Amino acid sequence: MLNISNLQARVESKEILKGINLEVRPGEVHAIMGPNGSGKSTLASVLAGRETFEVTGGSVEFKGKDLLELAPEERAAEGIFLAFQYPIEIPGVTTINFLKTAINQVRKYHGREPLDAAQFLKLMKEKAKTVKIDDQLLRRSLNEGFSGGEKKRNEIFQMAMLEPTLAILDETDSGLDIDALRIVADGVNQLRSKDRSFIVVTHYQRLLEYIVPDYVHVLYNGRIVKSGTKELALELEEKGYDWIKTEADSVSA
Amino acid sequence: MSILTKIEGEFDSLLHHLNGKSGWSWNRLREEAFENFKKLGIPTVKNEDWKYSSLKGLEKYDYTLSASASLRPEELAALPFADLEGLQMVFVNGIFSAALSSPLLNEKIKVLDFREAEKVIPEVLSEYYGKSLDIEKEGLTALNMAISREGAVIYVPDNTTLEKPVVIRHIHATGQEHIKNSVHHLAVIGKNAEAKIVEIFRNIGDNSSFTNIVTEIFVGEEARADYYKIQDENDASFHVGTTQVTQKDRSYFYAATFTVNGGFVRNNLNLVLAGEHIESHMYGLYIPNGSQHVDNHTLVDHQMPNSESNELYKGILDGRSKGVFNGKIFVRQDAQKTNAYQNCRNVILSESAAMNTKPQLEIWADDVKCSHGTTTGKLDDDAIFYMQSRGIPKAEAIKLQLAAFAEDVVSQIKWEVLREELDVLILKKLQS
Repeated sequence: MLNISNLQARVESKEILKGINLEVRPGEVHAIMGPNGSGKSTLASVLAGRETFEVTGGSVEFKGKDLLELAPEERAAEGIFLAFQYPIEIPGVTTINFLKTAINQVRKYHGREPLDAAQFLKLMKEKAKTVKIDDQLLRRSLNEGFSGGEKKRNEIFQMAMLEPTLAILDETDSGLDIDALRIVADGVNQLRSKDRSFIVVTHYQRLLEYIVPDYVHVLYNGRIVKSGTKELALELEEKGYDWIKTEADSVSA
Repeated sequence: MSILTKIEGEFDSLLHHLNGKSGWSWNRLREEAFENFKKLGIPTVKNEDWKYSSLKGLEKYDYTLSASASLRPEELAALPFADLEGLQMVFVNGIFSAALSSPLLNEKIKVLDFREAEKVIPEVLSEYYGKSLDIEKEGLTALNMAISREGAVIYVPDNTTLEKPVVIRHIHATGQEHIKNSVHHLAVIGKNAEAKIVEIFRNIGDNSSFTNIVTEIFVGEEARADYYKIQDENDASFHVGTTQVTQKDRSYFYAATFTVNGGFVRNNLNLVLAGEHIESHMYGLYIPNGSQHVDNHTLVDHQMPNSESNELYKGILDGRSKGVFNGKIFVRQDAQKTNAYQNCRNVILSESAAMNTKPQLEIWADDVKCSHGTTTGKLDDDAIFYMQSRGIPKAEAIKLQLAAFAEDVVSQIKWEVLREELDVLILKKLQS
């Protein structure tokens, strides 16, 4: 489904991704771990199409298409969803209005009729129940004045509404207490299916207790330096990142 | 012929025309006002209050004063806000059109044009007309006072409510000629009375119009007045308007100014809070593009204790457009326990657009709550990317964000038909 090959990217003159290789097949959950500043969030942003990052080499193929050729909104319409580490507050636009616009734009992209108000509300109620988000929250301006947990839950709700084929969670666990984390993880688990894949970017193993990955990759200094299964995450939890750094530095030296 | 020479000629012929006429002629006041105008002239950028707004462009056009033009009802019906119900007062090129209007004249309430009002309620005119204006400082206000013989006169006596809003339409028929007009409205809302007024400005045709308008509103004790100004003029238009409001004890006044389109716009909104426990609200939205220029000057003069004023102006500027906001708040020594809030927020969409903001608070009382804030920024790129990442194309994302930015000014309009039409006009402009 997703094939990343030797992907390189920079912001201004700083090289951040120095050759990423990763293949994600349908239904798989891949965790990307790594120390701060290793390039995890950059990878998530580059896949979603953020313009701040300049892709300087490599390729990304998504469902047979050249992903890097697509605008962010086209990527979304093709089925990529990025759950933001820091969801943006947009005063004056309610979550409902925002999502209605988004869903109907995606439908338009695929040449389908827009949902009318009744259809949309029905879908929304159903999905709000799945991810346990309060209706009242959705009537407010998007993320404005939301707590950290509410923002993250809103991300998961948006994901449920847009039904992506590849969801990228960028440090969705950051700043969440254990209860909020559980609710968010439950939401993600409900959405797991044989056709839907996930890339879970996280610094800590904690989230992976709730969202159990098929593969774990360690990103360091712009490269994936180690891959394994969920046991690798436990090892990292126990031993920290230093041994990985030493290993990787000695290889590149 | 210079623009000033031409104006002198126009004034002389007006005086000649009025001389010897019986009744309420105003000749002396007009002469005094015209003397002031000659001293003050048309303002230039040397005048501190006009520093950022130049009227030099007026010299490009040879304007005809109040050229008569007839407008067919179906032409009027094709314009925006045609469905706005109320007492229609239509001015075509600054001249009252009886055929298109529906004045009101009952035992109590009068909604008339100026010439009719001269006959029917001369006592109201002598008590109020021109009485709140500062013709010593503003040249164009003095000129308006000198030459205007057109306008709506709205008289709502004590303890009465004007059930229907007054819809004043200014149509500039600028298909053939460049037109100038000097209209002067007067609204007197008595004690415990209520009225709602909207003024709408619009060109038909692409030639230039020069509008020099004055609207005086007197809001009596415990009275309530809602005032809307909607400017949708063409790119060659010049508009200088002064809305002068005087409020008495426990009165409520609300003003909303929407500058959807216009080549050069200067709005002066002056509120004198001459009483206690007064509440005043001022909202504004301007969305210039191209080389349009929109200047809003507001003044709130808190003269007595325990009153509250609240002001929110917002601008979206594109192209090479220029915006000016100057908000003066005076809190006089007697005006203890004043609450005064002012906020002006702007979004600049292009590198070449510019906004000048100047809050000016002068406070002589010591027990007051005043705040002001101005911000001018660009669109939030993070917010646009966030929307794109959900499948919303960039252009749509920008539109959604701009509409949201304008929302808190537009959404407070309680008059639904007006708000809906305005929404359409604003969206259309933002898309262009």
